[in-house]
Amino acid sequence: MKRIYVNEKWCLGCHLCEYYCAFANSGKSSMVKALKDHKIAPRIRIEERNNISFAVNCRHCTDPLCVKGCISGALTIVDGAVQIDSDKCVGCYTCILSCPYGALSTSNEGAIQKCELCAKNAFGQPMCVQGCPNKAIVYEER
Amino acid sequence: MAIDFLYPQYEVVRNYDRCICCRACERQCANEVHFYDPEFQKMDVDESKCVACHRCVSLCPTRALKIVKTNHTFKENANWTGKAISEVYRQAGSGGVLLSSMGNPEPYPIYWDKILINASQVTNPSIDPLREPMETRTFLGKKPGKIERDKDGRLVPNLTPQLALNVPVMFSAMSYGSISYNAHESLARAACALGTYYNTGEGGLHQDFYKYGPHTIVQVASGRFGVHKDYLETGAAIEIKMGQGAKPGIGGHLPGHKVGPDISRTRMIPEGTDAISPAPHHDIYSIEDLRQLVFSLKEATEYKKPVMVKIAAVHNVAAIASGVARSGADIICIDGYRGGTGAAPTRIRDNVGIPIELALAAVDQRLRDEGIRDQVSVVVGGSIRNSADLLKAIALGADACYIATAALLALGCHLCRSCQTGKCNWGIATQRPELVKRLNPDIGSQRLINLVTAWDHELKEMMGGMGINSIEALRGNRLMLRGIGLNDRELAILGIKHAGE
Amino acid sequence: MNYVIIGNGTAAVGTIEGIRAVDPEGPITVISEEPYHVYGRPLISYMLLGKTTEDKMLQYRPTDFYEKNGVRALLGRKAASIDAAAKTVVLEDGEKIPYDKLCICTGSRPFVPPMAGLDMVEDKTSFMTLDDAKHLDAMLGTEHDKRVLIIGAGLIGLKCAEGIYQRVKELTVIDLAPRILPNVLTEVPASIIQKHIESKGVKFLLEDSVEQFEPHTAHLKSGKTVDFDVLVVAVGVRPNTELAAGAGCEVNRGIVTDARSATTVPDIYAAGDCAISHDITADTDRILAILPNAYMQGETAGHNMAGDPHEFTKAVPMNASGFMGLHMITAGSYEGETYLEQDEDHYKLLITRDNHLVGFIMIGDVDRAGIYTSLIREQTPLDTIDFDLIREKPQLMAFSRAERAKKLGGAH
Repeated sequence: MKRIYVNEKWCLGCHLCEYYCAFANSGKSSMVKALKDHKIAPRIRIEERNNISFAVNCRHCTDPLCVKGCISGALTIVDGAVQIDSDKCVGCYTCILSCPYGALSTSNEGAIQKCELCAKNAFGQPMCVQGCPNKAIVYEER
Repeated sequence: MAIDFLYPQYEVVRNYDRCICCRACERQCANEVHFYDPEFQKMDVDESKCVACHRCVSLCPTRALKIVKTNHTFKENANWTGKAISEVYRQAGSGGVLLSSMGNPEPYPIYWDKILINASQVTNPSIDPLREPMETRTFLGKKPGKIERDKDGRLVPNLTPQLALNVPVMFSAMSYGSISYNAHESLARAACALGTYYNTGEGGLHQDFYKYGPHTIVQVASGRFGVHKDYLETGAAIEIKMGQGAKPGIGGHLPGHKVGPDISRTRMIPEGTDAISPAPHHDIYSIEDLRQLVFSLKEATEYKKPVMVKIAAVHNVAAIASGVARSGADIICIDGYRGGTGAAPTRIRDNVGIPIELALAAVDQRLRDEGIRDQVSVVVGGSIRNSADLLKAIALGADACYIATAALLALGCHLCRSCQTGKCNWGIATQRPELVKRLNPDIGSQRLINLVTAWDHELKEMMGGMGINSIEALRGNRLMLRGIGLNDRELAILGIKHAGE
Repeated sequence: MNYVIIGNGTAAVGTIEGIRAVDPEGPITVISEEPYHVYGRPLISYMLLGKTTEDKMLQYRPTDFYEKNGVRALLGRKAASIDAAAKTVVLEDGEKIPYDKLCICTGSRPFVPPMAGLDMVEDKTSFMTLDDAKHLDAMLGTEHDKRVLIIGAGLIGLKCAEGIYQRVKELTVIDLAPRILPNVLTEVPASIIQKHIESKGVKFLLEDSVEQFEPHTAHLKSGKTVDFDVLVVAVGVRPNTELAAGAGCEVNRGIVTDARSATTVPDIYAAGDCAISHDITADTDRILAILPNAYMQGETAGHNMAGDPHEFTKAVPMNASGFMGLHMITAGSYEGETYLEQDEDHYKLLITRDNHLVGFIMIGDVDRAGIYTSLIREQTPLDTIDFDLIREKPQLMAFSRAERAKKLGGAH
């Protein structure tokens, strides 16, 4: 299955992936409309320190602890990708407790949000990858 | 605080309706132009630091930025231009030599743009390169004067080492030091993929790049940095650098702060020391001395590699080239005054040397006149901007061209001409690791491959239109060129007729 | 291979999915006393709170879950005994269900200690099942006029409190222990959460218990009295081990199982709140009555039942809970050297022992807590990471470049 992979060697710490992610999942037609005067809550997040930086988002594990521990059944595997049904999610945070990558976060609506490879939004392919200027984030089969 | 006489050259225009304060501009500007003002919750700028490299413009996800030339002006004066005045202010402030980089940007004539290419009509059929073979492969090196056979009539192989080029374009010398590791890797990988060559410049060859040796030209320059037996043996050819188009007559200077562990190892000099390339080779004061070095290098590599000699295009270039041809060099490289550099005194860059078009025509004619054209191949560089320039150069007599500025442009260079600051935001002319990583050779090499492949397509298209199907048939074919808006003297030097003739 | 599962909670789901990962064919029978399609037990408080509905709860696994997995679900049927020799499960109605491999996922039941006068209280319930929640819902009505007394300030009692606090006139929680969440938290974090819950209008009476009930009044040991309309008893739970014991399985505090979720009787497995786990943080065998653990044990059982050797050796006690907007995440054991960070809104306690992180408590900011959990679960030696960095906040930066490359560049 194609997954998002991160190579910190090429990460510039520009944070554009976060903005493309926030835009892609905003439902808005332009980045300006989506993000102007907004504090973003992206599903991919950059860690940076001393000139090292890298993006972290859901690894879409084949054996996902978050799915196994989900109390509501909101987290499921769909075609290999871990997806969340925010309608079912009650915001118990068991997935935050479980995920070894710290890849799930809270959304403004109280439910959990996570990378769904942009499968559910208008773009259909990971926008963090599209927005990365240096191929530090790639979407490929490995 | 002293009065600052200089007004910033550029203005950063930000469309605040579009700016989402993602701060990518701030994070990406090594010149620290952009910054976020938490009080006003908006981005602000210090445009005095802007070099117009467009990194911020390119990365802005909402296209909220543009860089414009300031319209702030001095009182109009055709003689004392704003530039002339500012340079006086700058030197009056610093007391120093003005430094610049990349090629001569002054409005001298560009002869490429005054030369037109022929096409077939009616009596001589054009060739469709999509249907018929079209050869852009070429070979550089000495060509034998005659075919020799032994007493049984078999051919005696008397061909000296040649460089085979799938396209008549090579990447010219840029040292590791003046450009980054990743820029070098991009060039090396592209050269391999394209079946051509890149050139180490005078900085030696990083250990990691020895694997690209068969597509590497190793340079020996006046500083002799990084030159050793393995280095010479690794390259496909050896180039002796006598001069450089951007700064003929002077040497080079890599400041100590750029000489980190890797560069120190590669150049074989102590870390942190200035790498000074002397103006002349201290062992070369004549063609005979040059011949000694040419043959020393051939001897060292067992006559298996062509030796190239690179000179800057200056007055009397034809006579100099003739001397070089007689020194035993297999290939002469001529670098025109538009050629780039990582750093040069502005006055030299902008006032010394001559156009490559004129130099090439003069050299080719002189070598023909002297009957020694076949003894050497001629490679020219110094602002080959596109495939038309390339074609015209070959028709004027070049065997192949060197490109560097165009290659750097492909890698992202925006010709801000601030290489000397070492803060290249595109990761090209810098050694700062956080900037170097901005150039991913996976992307860079592909862009170079794309560029040269595109040029090759265009070259074939134009050659086909002329009814020519090989580089060999195009080379020196000046009948295929016409001048426009040139005077008789210029036409005579170029050896071409005027349009309409 | 014929599989039978007694119980229909998370452990049963884990077992089914574990079996099906290996054996797509063999028939599976699920026997469940509850009449419902499988649901997530911990959701009942969220249903009362309005964050989910009965319909959505029953979507813990999709409606066609049994069908798609080839499961015959005997819902509302109770298993009476197991005949290990004959390899059959005998139902209360007499039907005998033969098995080749059996998994006991019987969970636990509320423990109601003897309390004088409890019989006289009419409107009372435990808080364990969907029926309990529906019962409580009915008792509360819609008038916001009920006074509710909850006995037990553990996770069940407090989640119940969160579920109903906006719907009652008065809410009092009593516990014998000197602090709330005595099994999950230490003193200081417990008091932080207590204060927060109190700020929402809930009253706590700690180190106290009911001496005597009247129909609408509880007389406490301390001499205080609490008037109430509805009583919730959430003192604790007891594992349902009787069936296993009857089958000859060794039972102590729960059904004894090994890392393969196998009991001491051949071909009988057990998983979930009825079974023992090995807590790697305290190096003890105990019941870890938490949903992720139930799933993992069940899944492990399923794999082994279907013939794919599988061990679950990373059981760690852990909890993620929110109480009226304040979130808490805890894991592991609290015995060891401590590192504390605390300010007004946040509390973070890390516990290390012998070069390992063995436990943590986070309240307020729980962002990326799973990175800590993972250090505990994987028993990562702390000298192989930058512990100073990871102490500040959970981050992958603390790992070596090579380790990060594996985490972010490899498939998992």
